[in-house]
Amino acid sequence: MEKDKNMQEPKRCVIPIGPYHPLQEEPEFFKLHVDGEKVTGIDIELGYNHRGIEKLSEAKHFDQGIFLVERICGICSTSHPFAFVNAVEDLAGIEIPERAKYIRTVVGELERVHSHLLWLGLAGHFLGYNTVWMWSWKYREPVLDIFEKISGNRQHYAMMKVGGVRRDIALEDMPWIEKTLDELVKGVDMFKGAVMDDPVIWARTKGIGILTPQDIKEYGGVGPLARASGIDEDVRRDDPYAAYNMVDWKVQTWQGGDIFAKAVVRILELYESVKIIRQCLTRLKTAPGPFDLKVKEIPAGEGIGRHEAPRGEVFHYVRSDRANRPVRHKIRAPSYVNVATNEKSVIGCTISDALIVLAAVDPCYCCTERVAVVDAGSGKHLYNGNDLIRLSHEKTERLKKQL
Amino acid sequence: MNPMIEQIQSKFPQAVTKIYEHNARRIYVDVKPEHIAAVAGFIYNDLSFRYVIASGIDTPEAIEILYHFSHDSTGLMLSVRAAIADKEKPAIGSLTSVIKGISWIEREIHELLGVDFTGHPNLKHLLLTDDWPQGDYPLRHDNKRK
Repeated sequence: MEKDKNMQEPKRCVIPIGPYHPLQEEPEFFKLHVDGEKVTGIDIELGYNHRGIEKLSEAKHFDQGIFLVERICGICSTSHPFAFVNAVEDLAGIEIPERAKYIRTVVGELERVHSHLLWLGLAGHFLGYNTVWMWSWKYREPVLDIFEKISGNRQHYAMMKVGGVRRDIALEDMPWIEKTLDELVKGVDMFKGAVMDDPVIWARTKGIGILTPQDIKEYGGVGPLARASGIDEDVRRDDPYAAYNMVDWKVQTWQGGDIFAKAVVRILELYESVKIIRQCLTRLKTAPGPFDLKVKEIPAGEGIGRHEAPRGEVFHYVRSDRANRPVRHKIRAPSYVNVATNEKSVIGCTISDALIVLAAVDPCYCCTERVAVVDAGSGKHLYNGNDLIRLSHEKTERLKKQL
Repeated sequence: MNPMIEQIQSKFPQAVTKIYEHNARRIYVDVKPEHIAAVAGFIYNDLSFRYVIASGIDTPEAIEILYHFSHDSTGLMLSVRAAIADKEKPAIGSLTSVIKGISWIEREIHELLGVDFTGHPNLKHLLLTDDWPQGDYPLRHDNKRK
């Protein structure tokens, strides 16, 4: 901290971002220390959203625990169950059936597609490109429709289960899923052209919020964040699970470590994900069942499961004493290590860039909402989603007239 | 045995007490807590493992801390276990001077299990509120909080 010669007191100007801030859908508190326009330091305060899930998991049996960890994140909701079942299967030495491997991979990759599109939209929004935001989310919507077709839910798919998956992907749904993916690729092509060639986006994102490979090593950064700094790591390839070593795909990396590189890695990963899903669907047409081993008992021991979530490696450690619930369940989400890298990336930026730098990490958001108003007595649907949008529009019109 | 594990064993024969290979990609190495900084430093710097996280566990005999490291080119997940026998006043050396990013998880284990990481530059609360009662450690199995 600089000292003023006359005052002998440290000069500091602090800009608070959070705990509740329009930039963030979740509470987190960043205190930016600034000198004029330049950010010179940052304090990060966490814990506003701490729900004690590790502690709760010790009181839930293994099957309940999957539903519990599914609720850690609303966006990448299958990542934690995926890592958790990997951990329990590692503990018990279970090898899941081929069909379950493909189904798990399809679900994991569809989630990456919708999560990356969501980030792309938000990044556009933060930069003042609301068209990017709207278009990106428009293309994300059919992915959620695919989820609804497969699992019955647009979020929280409840597909993972120790020893397999909870439900199959029906043969008659596959042509429609494949057609929807074709449409999606056209949209991604458009984005790739628009984002990678736009001079204004270049000016706002190139050379900003840089993380060097050394920074990534020091903080243990993972996922697109690390791959954008040229670090070739991806749990899907390095510690293969599900069907990731049974299909053809490539880990995408980029050089530079700035916001532009992070965006490029995420866009390129969309193509790889679609490629993986297509191959899995083709194999699923002939892959024999079953898709679940119906595991009943978990032996004593310890296991580690990992999954490459959209934001990076999710890590679960499970210890069992042969009871029906874990004695310890340690969870590390990728944002835990990635958010800490802000201590490096944001320093030296201007305040106007700080927002997009903090958002470039893709800290976990939970913003998928869908409502149907149901009469509790009769169970009858009173309003569907469209009615609610109409009501919302009507209210806006009414307020406009009143003002 | 995995050649990297052999290297660890031959370099720190007095520190390593047990090696357990669950399978080729999951290996657990038990070390004496007083040697943790040297062993972790060797794994992180010389063998170029990636720091993943640390897990604190309350067991009947000790407070265990597992330092998880990943070797991405081989897919090996190495967990270094340090068991702190003194459960009244558990303490272990901080690894913040070796691995910068370990600061948060040491703060978390400190508040949830009451482990004192000696040499940590800023051992304050991470997740719990600042006025959380002293001596109330949520992840201890003898915690009476409902």
